[in-house]
Amino acid sequence: MSADTAAPAAPALTRKDFTSDQMVRWCPGCGDYSILAQVQKTFPDMNMPKENFVFISGIGCSSRFPYYMDTYGFHTIHGRGMTVATGVKLANPELSVWLVTGDGDSMSIGGNHLIHLLRRNLDINLMMFNNRIYGLTKGQYSPTSEKGKVTKSSPFGSLDHAFNPPALALGASATFIGRSLDVDAKHLQTMIAEAYAHVGTSFLEIYQNCLIFNDNAFDDYSDKETKGVRQLLLEDGQPMVFGPERNLGIRFEGHRPQVVDLTNGKWSLDDLVVHDKTDKMLALMLCDLTYQPDFPTPFGVIYQVEKVSYESQVYQQIDDAIEKLGKGDLKKLLKSGHTWTVD
Amino acid sequence: MSETKKGVRKNVESIEQVTIRFAGDSGDGMQLTGSQFTETTAMMGNDLATLPDYPAEIRAPAGSLAGVSSFQLQFASKSIQTPGDEPDVLVAMNPAALKVHLPELRKNGLVIANSANFTKRNLSLAGWDSNPLEDDKVMGEYRLVQVDMTRLVTSAVEDLKLPNKIVARSTNMFALGILYWLYGRSLDPTKDFIKDKFKKRPEIVEANIRALDAGFNYGDTIEAISTSYVVAKAEMAPGVYRNIMGNQALALGLLAAAHKSGLQLVYSGYPITPASDILHMLASYKNFGVVTFQAEDEIAAVTATIGAAFAGALAITGTSGPGLALKGEGLGLAITTELPLVVINVQRGGPSTGLPTKTEQSDLNQAMYGRNGESPMVVLAAATASDCFMMAFEACRIALEHMVPVLLLSDSYIGSGSEPWLIPDLDTIPEIKNRKVSAGGEDFSAFQIASEEAMARSWAVPGTPGLEHRIGGLEKDIITGNVNYDAHNHQAMTDRRQKKVDVLANYFPLAEVLGEETGDLLILGWGSTFGAIRTATLKLQEQGHRVSHLHLRHLNPFPRNLGELLLKFPKILVPELNNGQLVKIIRGEFLTDAQPYNKMQGRPFVPSEIERKALTILKETSNVS
Repeated sequence: MSADTAAPAAPALTRKDFTSDQMVRWCPGCGDYSILAQVQKTFPDMNMPKENFVFISGIGCSSRFPYYMDTYGFHTIHGRGMTVATGVKLANPELSVWLVTGDGDSMSIGGNHLIHLLRRNLDINLMMFNNRIYGLTKGQYSPTSEKGKVTKSSPFGSLDHAFNPPALALGASATFIGRSLDVDAKHLQTMIAEAYAHVGTSFLEIYQNCLIFNDNAFDDYSDKETKGVRQLLLEDGQPMVFGPERNLGIRFEGHRPQVVDLTNGKWSLDDLVVHDKTDKMLALMLCDLTYQPDFPTPFGVIYQVEKVSYESQVYQQIDDAIEKLGKGDLKKLLKSGHTWTVD
Repeated sequence: MSETKKGVRKNVESIEQVTIRFAGDSGDGMQLTGSQFTETTAMMGNDLATLPDYPAEIRAPAGSLAGVSSFQLQFASKSIQTPGDEPDVLVAMNPAALKVHLPELRKNGLVIANSANFTKRNLSLAGWDSNPLEDDKVMGEYRLVQVDMTRLVTSAVEDLKLPNKIVARSTNMFALGILYWLYGRSLDPTKDFIKDKFKKRPEIVEANIRALDAGFNYGDTIEAISTSYVVAKAEMAPGVYRNIMGNQALALGLLAAAHKSGLQLVYSGYPITPASDILHMLASYKNFGVVTFQAEDEIAAVTATIGAAFAGALAITGTSGPGLALKGEGLGLAITTELPLVVINVQRGGPSTGLPTKTEQSDLNQAMYGRNGESPMVVLAAATASDCFMMAFEACRIALEHMVPVLLLSDSYIGSGSEPWLIPDLDTIPEIKNRKVSAGGEDFSAFQIASEEAMARSWAVPGTPGLEHRIGGLEKDIITGNVNYDAHNHQAMTDRRQKKVDVLANYFPLAEVLGEETGDLLILGWGSTFGAIRTATLKLQEQGHRVSHLHLRHLNPFPRNLGELLLKFPKILVPELNNGQLVKIIRGEFLTDAQPYNKMQGRPFVPSEIERKALTILKETSNVS
């Protein structure tokens, strides 16, 4: 909008503007409450007209999310949020499309759609609430549950190997891979803003506690005692430091990562790996740390590269075709090929 | 009438209608040959209808029975509705083609065979013990012209020094040339086609044109064919015509709907025979602003369509039977969220993967009932290839004006079959309105019915200020659209979804009967059986029988006068290419003694089958009374 035609400035939006009149029906204490709060707090800063936000979800506890946002929303069917969101974005690329999904919704029933969404790179912000369990169906193991998990459907322990979500996303050519934690309000807000700013599909995995069926699954990353050694907070361009006193770091021994002590005089910051979010090999290493017991789990932007979005190519192709062939003339098209006239 | 050319005296006879069939190996170019004859014949002003028939395998083993590909065409100086009953002429490019198709040729019909391919190996592949062309027991009832097309084409192009492969691939043009001579067709349209298609390969252009000329001259010269035929122009309504296949007509109908509604067309599909053509065509119309999306699977295609409909586009998906099965859950979501979209099902033989390239009407039950819960859906069916245009347009109009998903049935027969199409005047086609709203009052609720008459809610699309709302697959409050599990609300919503379909009968045209509105027998059909039923009915009426034809394009809901019309006939016959799906609905709905007539062979009815069946019923009736 140019200055001389400027419409009266819309009043600034607040968190309340994004809160719907619906009663939130998650279990008291569910990690989803925090995620909802961080989204509602962050959105007013995005300077996007409220009507342009669309929340799409599949099925599961997390997928009730759209009902609680006072934006356009669509609670779809199990595993298909990815494709409904694709249709929305294809029809109107101006919209800011947010996809709320869970580990079962996106990695099990919707696994096929997830990988294709990521490889196409539509400009959609995907928040995957990972609680490593099926909550809404009352406690079966999920594709991200650890092997041996005892649940209602695996009373003798699950046999499935768990998916590594960021590694899966990387394998599917995701252009943005991030991770955050439900209760880490500040970090989560930052990551939501980062996902929003990214052009292309943002894959944001959010560790989310299910206090009914998988309680304390992520305590390692929130407890003061363990947080320091278990959480590696990534910062682009910065050495990989962690530990309660920022006393530990990660360096490469050959091509393998190694945890080193920065206080014994042997290693300094200069020896550590410097995070480069555009480095795919580094990203692969970081994804792999997810299930390594001797390493901290990475949080933050694991990987991010620039790549043209799918929908912009779709409309570019249309523009190019019009430029090359002229704007389609339907009357002419109907009469194309061999025609004859009967008098 | 006779003429003299090159010393051979030839008769020219005038005939009203002819059915010809080209048959050969999948690699022999029979589909191209048939479609060239079709184009030329259409331009010469005959009415026509075609039936391409090809194997599901891209290249079945050469010379095998499984690899036979054929193309049948009827053309006439009068109005016709089917590709014909028994062919008058069979072009058999190899022994397998002869084996498969000879039994269907009419007695005393003409066989034109490429004798070069009747080798020992090919004969054995086709299961002939000896050469049938030399066997009077096989060929005795037919007239035979056997010609070594391969040798004649080879000598015609000898100086071009082309590889054998290219020469062999030109023999279909020789066969086409003979038939062009036989029916007095012009060679020019095909020559123009060849020049355009192979413009980068002048040697191929030359070879094909020489083969075509050689075939034409062969017909003119040999004594074995003493007569050529003239089929006069058919009487047709004035206007500009082109030949069109059903899938082409569907694509154009969707484009016209986008044009007349002013909406962005978003078509999502996953490749599936025989519906892929629609995706191909729309993908080529990028300069018309069409968005096409080749999804990762059928479920993705339908749910992306739902997303596009939510966001305000003219959203379409197309598929065939197995794909529709996968889309079932998605369609339930479209029904419960009351979003305007169109699903096209170009039916094929089932169940499961079934007969991918053959025709059937066996998805009617799936269209009507193939979803969980009470999920009534609007179902339409196109009757002919050219009818696909207006039915596609109509499906879009209903969806947008009534905020309802619409399922349009076509099938392989009309999808890939073709006929002349009177090109409509775009200016006379009315605009399509939609239910978009730009603002709502204080009490605006997205899910509230905005028009009781049309049973349509408003279409408040994302991006519209102040109308933010949420919808979903959970049961919705009848006013606000928020989640509501209340017992009475669910009853009211179930009733509302049914009523949304039912009220459309008030908007659909009344059913019309061909013939008298009362009589001894009504033949009731839907979809692609139109041509066969109409032809049979006309013939029965000519014979003095009191038989009428009623054809349904609207299957859910039915036209509102259907019950009343059915009551006027003591007997009702329902021919269907399934095991009796419409007939059961009709019996259930109207308590009439409708009788099924079913065929499950992957092929359309021929008129004589329906005629015979009708005569049997008429006889039973007269015996009783």
